[in-house]
Amino acid sequence: MTEPLAFGIGSGLFYIHIPFMTVNNGPAISFRTMPGAIFKRTCKALGVKMESRKFKSHDEAQKVLDNLLQRGIPVGCQVGVFHLIYFPKAYRFHFNAHNLIVFGEEDGKYLISDPIMETTTTLLPDELEKVRFAKGALAPKGRINYALSAAAISNAQLRSAIKSGIKRNCRDMLHIPGNIAGVKGINYTAKKIEGWRDKLGEKQAALHLGQIVRMQEEIGTGGGGFRFLYAAFLDQASEIMNNDKLLLVSDKISKAGDLWRDSALQMSGIFKGRLNSQKDYIDSANLMREISAVEKDAFQQLSKIKL
Amino acid sequence: MKKSELPQDAGHLANFTREVCYVKNEEGKYQAELSVGWEVKSDALDNAWGDIEDRIKEARTDVKNGKLSPIAYFMELELMDFVVLSGHTGFWKWSIKRHRKPAVFAKLSDKKLLKYADAFSITLEELKKPNI
Repeated sequence: MTEPLAFGIGSGLFYIHIPFMTVNNGPAISFRTMPGAIFKRTCKALGVKMESRKFKSHDEAQKVLDNLLQRGIPVGCQVGVFHLIYFPKAYRFHFNAHNLIVFGEEDGKYLISDPIMETTTTLLPDELEKVRFAKGALAPKGRINYALSAAAISNAQLRSAIKSGIKRNCRDMLHIPGNIAGVKGINYTAKKIEGWRDKLGEKQAALHLGQIVRMQEEIGTGGGGFRFLYAAFLDQASEIMNNDKLLLVSDKISKAGDLWRDSALQMSGIFKGRLNSQKDYIDSANLMREISAVEKDAFQQLSKIKL
Repeated sequence: MKKSELPQDAGHLANFTREVCYVKNEEGKYQAELSVGWEVKSDALDNAWGDIEDRIKEARTDVKNGKLSPIAYFMELELMDFVVLSGHTGFWKWSIKRHRKPAVFAKLSDKKLLKYADAFSITLEELKKPNI
């Protein structure tokens, strides 16, 4: 199993702009499905038995964790990063949808594998408790995800998992009703951007763009708002499914990823103060509309491939 | 993104970690590659922190001038919004809004103030007479 495969089977690629909600005083935008959902879907598709739990009691949360570790089961924990001591200070916001894996205990410390860190790290029990019970939007409430059985995955199983993952991702990107999710959501943001400068003033408008760039290019996205990660998935899927048509779609998603990077670069001109006219905001918006069109085309093509 | 185009601009992650990015190698296949950072991202992050500093400064002035209670200042200092602070203290958002008024704040019991002090990881004294 690779990261791109797990991401694609769990239909991880997404776009949503939640109206009327702010995160750190900026727009609430996500480029992927919630990690817990990706994990759940991937496990289900591969016949891996998994469980997910939330807790009210801190003591109970730790007891269950310790018990699982004693049984040799690595445990995924949803955490807030504000109090995550090994994180670089500049990254410590009240962001609660981060996930790490606790894989053991040594000398009274939990052994942690954090996707952000290159090497394994450790946390004291009270340090872990604090981040597992971080407060605010999407509070983790001690949530844990863990797999109970991991039998060998047959090729047929893998192929059917890829097929259902692709199908569901096409649905999520193309057919969710309303205008805030999927490829339509990108156009929704574009329209909002055009109004920001007048409505919020230059300073706040630029900060809003900065927030989009941060959500899009944050560590763990693989670059380009998870688009490169999904292109890598289609790349691997084409080999497993023995289908070259998937490669053509992979190229289109790559193109979308490159455009997202171009868009970030253009927006940085604004939040660095080099660009500040209304025309520059319209340019940002138009770039996003172009991305939306490229992704729409890619997913329409993907939905027509017989797998 | 091609492997050769992956930015390596040292920024906030320097000496901490490198991040995984997915890039196309010379054979046109995707692979994971490590990056130390990208200037565009560092700038976005710097910009966000610049704003936080401005907000703290503004809150400090408002507290000094008696426009807002110290709760407003510590909220900004700890990057907290109402949802986060409400989660820590158990107070509703509208209560917190009231407690941000100096006149209401002055009448709060120590028991209530202690909840705020705990949320901000400070002492009761520091909350009542902030050193700002």
